[in-house]
Amino acid sequence: MTSATGPDVATLRRPARVRLGWLLVVLAVLVLVMLASVAFGSRIVGWSDIVAAFGGTDETLNQAAVVKRIPRTVLAALVGAALALSGTVMQGVTRNPLADPGILGVNMGAMLAIAVGMTTVGLVTATQYIWAAIAGAAISALFVYGVGSLGRGGATPLKIALAGAATSAALASLVVAVVLPRGDVAENFQSWQVGGVGGASWDSIVQVLPFLLGGLAICLLSARALNSLALGDELAAGLGERVALVRGIAAFGAVVLCGGATAIAGPIAFVGLIVPHMCRLLVGLDHRWLMPFATLVGAALLTAADVVGRVVNRPDEIAAGIITALIGAPFFIYIVRRQKVREL
Amino acid sequence: MTTEHTLEVETLTVGYADRVVIDSLDLLLPPGRITAIVGANACGKSTLLRSMSRLLAPRGGHVLLDGREVHRMPAKELARTLGLLPQSPIAPEGITVADLVGRGRNPHQRILSRWNADDDKAVAAALDATHTASLADRSVDELSGGQRQRVWIAMALAQQTDVLLLDEPTTFLDVSHQIEVLDLLTDLNRNRGTTIVMVLHDLNLAARYADHLIALADGGLHAAGDPAEVLTEDCVRAVFGLDSTVIIDPVSGKPLMLPIGRHHVREPGPTVG
Amino acid sequence: MSTTTLEAVTRGRVRRGRRRRAVLGGLTVAVVAIFAVSLMVGQTFYTPDEVFRVLLGETVPGASFTVGELRLPRAVLALITGLCFGIGGVTFQTMLRNPLASPDIIGISSAAGAAAAFAIIVLNLGEAGVSAFAIVAALGVAVLIYLLSFKDGVAGTRLVLIGIGIAAMLNSATSYVLDQAGQWDLQAATRWLNGSLNGSTWDEAVPVLVALAVFGPILLVQARNLTMLQLGDDTAAALGTRLERTRLISIVAAVGLIAFATSATGPIAFVAFLAGPIAARMVGPGGSLLLPSAVVGSLLVLLADFIGQFAFDTRFPVGVVTGVLGAPYLIFLLVRTNRAGGSL
Repeated sequence: MTSATGPDVATLRRPARVRLGWLLVVLAVLVLVMLASVAFGSRIVGWSDIVAAFGGTDETLNQAAVVKRIPRTVLAALVGAALALSGTVMQGVTRNPLADPGILGVNMGAMLAIAVGMTTVGLVTATQYIWAAIAGAAISALFVYGVGSLGRGGATPLKIALAGAATSAALASLVVAVVLPRGDVAENFQSWQVGGVGGASWDSIVQVLPFLLGGLAICLLSARALNSLALGDELAAGLGERVALVRGIAAFGAVVLCGGATAIAGPIAFVGLIVPHMCRLLVGLDHRWLMPFATLVGAALLTAADVVGRVVNRPDEIAAGIITALIGAPFFIYIVRRQKVREL
Repeated sequence: MTTEHTLEVETLTVGYADRVVIDSLDLLLPPGRITAIVGANACGKSTLLRSMSRLLAPRGGHVLLDGREVHRMPAKELARTLGLLPQSPIAPEGITVADLVGRGRNPHQRILSRWNADDDKAVAAALDATHTASLADRSVDELSGGQRQRVWIAMALAQQTDVLLLDEPTTFLDVSHQIEVLDLLTDLNRNRGTTIVMVLHDLNLAARYADHLIALADGGLHAAGDPAEVLTEDCVRAVFGLDSTVIIDPVSGKPLMLPIGRHHVREPGPTVG
Repeated sequence: MSTTTLEAVTRGRVRRGRRRRAVLGGLTVAVVAIFAVSLMVGQTFYTPDEVFRVLLGETVPGASFTVGELRLPRAVLALITGLCFGIGGVTFQTMLRNPLASPDIIGISSAAGAAAAFAIIVLNLGEAGVSAFAIVAALGVAVLIYLLSFKDGVAGTRLVLIGIGIAAMLNSATSYVLDQAGQWDLQAATRWLNGSLNGSTWDEAVPVLVALAVFGPILLVQARNLTMLQLGDDTAAALGTRLERTRLISIVAAVGLIAFATSATGPIAFVAFLAGPIAARMVGPGGSLLLPSAVVGSLLVLLADFIGQFAFDTRFPVGVVTGVLGAPYLIFLLVRTNRAGGSL
């Protein structure tokens, strides 16, 4: 292509200067938010204690609290990044602006797999949780997408969202039926399903990290292919992409990311929905830029949500997943209202 | 058997949230005739039809049926005089042809009244007129495009209105079905005197079947009148931005527009006039 | 018009009417039968004769209390909430031209659930307070969804999607509230959220009966307007249906039914969702589905409650039974609907 004019190309290619500028801004915001996450919490701690805690001391209660905040911050950033990237890829793979692990029912699939795992085999380690969650997420993602794309018009936002919501509702009943007769499991499960990073430990981070890095690599490698897929399957095939293969690989990466994140932090909705939309406004539609940006912005968003959840209702904590839902749902409605009816 | 109704549009202005589609338009639709509305994409044809049947509230001006403003008439009373077949109507899954046609009786039924013999007669007459009686017990989902369009027209006939508006009744139909539908509408007009107003995409079919042709451009009226006078090369240029030559259709004696693109034009250039 | 056509039309209409009456009659018999059985069966079995005498107001030792005070309110509540869920659900499905757009999916039940959890756990309200709170919340959220989807009129697709977004937000609010609960409250709230008829009293049944008497006839009277909406907005309006008025009346009445029923028993999963499609399959296409769906709804609730009480070692709340039994049908429906391109 020689001509680089026209509105579509213009939004696809923001000037490099603009993007680099935004990159610096986003990085700065992420660093600030992570610092805030260490500094603020349900307990009010002075600066000297914070500095001491970074040095590895946990002699006072305050210092101990700060020491616990460090893995928590890292986990929030990792989970946020994973969910945002996963959402970006899902939106790209399905060409659907409403795709998100929560909306697609993928979280609920992970949840059912974990519930079944807890009650039957008795999951213990983080790695077991992760495998169960990934399996559940993958199955429900495939199912919802498969059902949503049947019939006229393919996978329209409406059909995908309804298939996701209906599947979630069905899976939720199954979760209750599985957990209800087992009082011993119910409470443990309840605290997991709220969705948050409060229980973070270095140990669980180390176990989930390989999954997240693997998913990240797969997703980033499929960026160029996702750019072609954005033009529609037929055109993408015409441009030499092996559509089904590419889509399968990218979706696998996305499922690994969101399954891993869900296993460790519980179902967290809407991060995967909001972040890609925000990032498209910043850097345009090119997935090679969009994905790294979404990763950073997602990390910052979930960390910030976690900080807000710790601060607004001291000394109680509100789980990060609830904060993201409260911000995310209005945003979802905004996106729906912006679409033309016939595109839904 | 029908009474003649006048349908008038006075300084009508209609628009959606952020833009005006029709700007102070005046029209008189000849009673007892077939009127076709033509124009480029997005020039407001469907919008005009929708506001004439009060699906859209005007921002200014009026639509008058026999001198009464349609947007102030009771919904069912209007629906007993004026029917509309939208561009892509929706058939409930699995519904039979007879049931669907029966839905057209709605404006004649009171809130708790039961279905009566008049309703059966109207449905049967509509099925006969559209040659769909043999399909009566079939499911609408199973029909071909042409059959389905005839069933929708049957539904509009069961409504027994003297004025019938149709939004692109021939879209998605192949050429033989297009002719079939237009012949059917002509029968209806000739046999019952039903006033027919339709939006058509195909200029030549519009010129052939309409007694009265309305050409819209940019939300306003470009020309209206006998097709032979309205469909000219100047008109096509003004409405569609297209060069053309207009000849006499050897079949119907009506005007026939032949487009002139950048290719496949015989030298020397076309004769104008 | 030919006389043969007229005869065929009349014959077809009579035949469809006959089928409809036969199905309605059969369903009613089934409801009465299972209603009677659930009065007789329990830890102690009472003969039809004893049950009948209790119903007539005679004092029968043992039976008067067990049947009159325990089983009868429970069975009556099952019957009438089933009617409410059936009518309310099919009203939404018909109005929005999508069998998946039932109140359990587009946020109405979630609103009642979140409000009830809040009322039980945070406000410590009693039963009447919880019901009132749930009803107000359900109506409020329904109005909110309606207003948010208003943009050049209300489009069904937009309403459904916005409902899904709101439901997601409310569900996470619910899980937050549950997370804050003490052990006892948690049980009460979870039981309530899953839909249960345990401990039904006449006090719970009366408001539902009143709601049914008020809103049921409103919907039945305008059943024909509602079926006209199936033809799409334009056609319905052209046939003399007042769209916004029909929609508004339907929404208010249907939400009223759903909210009152939900406040008595909690959201019994999928009854609102399944009653309509099951009724549609039984009576065939064409006529109004309100009455058949109502009867199917109460059959479902009565049957599921019976199964939940007696079929397993653990006593499952009725909502879990309908949820688990409904899930496969829901998925089947999802597949079939998408393949056919929508509509009931």
